[in-house]
Amino acid sequence: MGLYDIAFYIISAITVLAAVGVVAARNPVHAVLFLILAFFNAAGLMVLMGAEFLAMLLVVVYVGAVAVLFLFVVMMLDVDFVRLRQGFAQYLPAGLVGAIVLLVEMLVVTQAAKDIRQPMVAELRHPENVRAIGYELYTDYAFYFQACGIILLIAMIGAIVLTLRHHPNVRRQNIARQVGRRREDSMEIVSVKTGSGVEE
Amino acid sequence: MMDVLVQQLFFAGAEVWLAVMAMVLLVVGAFVGNRATAAISYASVLVLAAAVAFIIGLNGHPRVSLFGGAISTDALANFGRIMVFVTAALAIVLGDRWMKRVGLQKFEYPVLMLLAALGMSVMVSANSLISLYLGIEMQSLALYVLAAFSRDNPKSSEAGLKYFVLGALSSGLLLYGISLIYGFTGQVGFAEIANALPTSSKVGVVFGLVFMLAGLAFKVSAAPFHMWTPDVYEGAPTPVVAFFSSAPKLAAMILTARVLTEGFALATPEWQQVLIVIAVLSMIFGSFGGLVQGNIKRLLAYSSIANMGFALVGLAAGTAAGVQSVLIYMVIYMLTSLGLFAGLLVTARQGRPLESFEDFAGLAKVRPGLALVMTLLLFSAAGIPPLAGFWGKFFVFKAALDAGLVWLAVIGVVLSVIAAFYYLKLIKVMWFDEGDRPVDGIAWDAGLVALAMALFVGPISWFVLPVLEPWALRAAAILF
Repeated sequence: MGLYDIAFYIISAITVLAAVGVVAARNPVHAVLFLILAFFNAAGLMVLMGAEFLAMLLVVVYVGAVAVLFLFVVMMLDVDFVRLRQGFAQYLPAGLVGAIVLLVEMLVVTQAAKDIRQPMVAELRHPENVRAIGYELYTDYAFYFQACGIILLIAMIGAIVLTLRHHPNVRRQNIARQVGRRREDSMEIVSVKTGSGVEE
Repeated sequence: MMDVLVQQLFFAGAEVWLAVMAMVLLVVGAFVGNRATAAISYASVLVLAAAVAFIIGLNGHPRVSLFGGAISTDALANFGRIMVFVTAALAIVLGDRWMKRVGLQKFEYPVLMLLAALGMSVMVSANSLISLYLGIEMQSLALYVLAAFSRDNPKSSEAGLKYFVLGALSSGLLLYGISLIYGFTGQVGFAEIANALPTSSKVGVVFGLVFMLAGLAFKVSAAPFHMWTPDVYEGAPTPVVAFFSSAPKLAAMILTARVLTEGFALATPEWQQVLIVIAVLSMIFGSFGGLVQGNIKRLLAYSSIANMGFALVGLAAGTAAGVQSVLIYMVIYMLTSLGLFAGLLVTARQGRPLESFEDFAGLAKVRPGLALVMTLLLFSAAGIPPLAGFWGKFFVFKAALDAGLVWLAVIGVVLSVIAAFYYLKLIKVMWFDEGDRPVDGIAWDAGLVALAMALFVGPISWFVLPVLEPWALRAAAILF
């Protein structure tokens, strides 16, 4: 057992434990923190496989953005977790049946996995991660890449359609008017006599 | 190198055109604002018409594989595209006029419709698991937003949220299945998967296939993945539901047919079993569930579940005639259902849409024309000869019989008789129940669409069917 194997087993063990922690933690904030731990370890697994760029992306995107967003949501929304758990016993039997069926099926699949002849990690056409991904993304996968772009565009339009509201009584900044404002329009020099005040 | 790209872009012309024009119209809308909604709607209809014309121009061209096997342009894809674009155009017109009436006009509506049509276009032409997934996501995401489009109406928001959450779950199932298939075959292209199947582990592939079928069944609202349908149909704006019940289902059906026959022809007995179970369950849930509904939109939701069951009977046959029957069935179902939903939009009572059985009581006395149109559509949906709906069911059950699935066809016929009950009940309520409360004026756009569809399922279909039949067979033959 080399160093690689030791690292693999340590990291995967922590990943699995962290994933269990996400589900089992009583405090939702702890659950999100466990999730972040799981993300970090998944990134570690990717580094072991030689996909260091994906590992960094995972950390930047999932830990940096997604998990922090989760944390915000969990902290800002007043979700009553005690009440959420109340139906737990009621749904438990159905959930257990589903879980057991899935477990059995997955065990069957792991048996079938012995027949896999393809290598688990694809061969890189380029030694450098970023270059390899860029090369694939803009040649063979250009169509998929563009399709993803359109999906993101739809998500953006959707978010705007469903949430943007124009309130009629809110003063909005008009940059053109601000910039186009001249001294003559807005200032007047008045000489005020002592004791008489300014007339409108 | 350059002309290869140009050639590929040319054959994907419909998709490129839709994507570019959707963005152009989006920018126009962003600058001009909601004043331009009507103009953008009609421009989108023209965009779709141009795309249809382009595809008709490609008619008869042999199959072209594009972008390294991501999508292909062939008879089946073109069949699907034309149907999807035509329904999308009708739904844009219906929706634009309806939203003007209820004061909900937003220029994003036609743009989202265009993008949904683009997603379906990718779905019907998908040749690999990645484009399958991306096409489904593209259309679903646009449809989630459209379901919640009437955002100040809590039911519409609920419909959008339910559709989104359950849709995300089904996408998860789909992706899990896809990842297993990729893991066991090492391929994502349908043709490559078919080549790799003999040497891959059957258990693993079938396991993945079942998950993938579960995800696809969700998208066509087939039981046991149908639970979202009634709530979404009830809550979402009616023109959007008219669209929901038509084009996405056809696209998902074509996609299912293509992935099963092109990718998994060797596993036919396995997926046949799954499809038979899904078909029988959908027919049962759709037929019996509809019996107790009081809301017409919910009733039509159950009707669509049952109809997906009937269509899947044809797909379960696993033959070219089976796929052909599915295409014919889906086209007839799509147009009938569009007509029925347009019929719901035609009139209202003091601005409140007619949605329950009581609302329709005695409609024949106040609006005999509308009642007649609805009656024709309902008779067709019930499968009464000589209307188009009967022929759809005829082809499907004949394909099942020819494939030796006699008992499946028998179950289908029995359940379609049970489902006929609720269509006939609505007809009875319209013509024989008491109630002559006045209704508002007629919305002519919806009225014309309903009338056109009623004429289609009636006399026009006798002339269209002889054309549709060989066309659908040509499209289906691509897969075998």
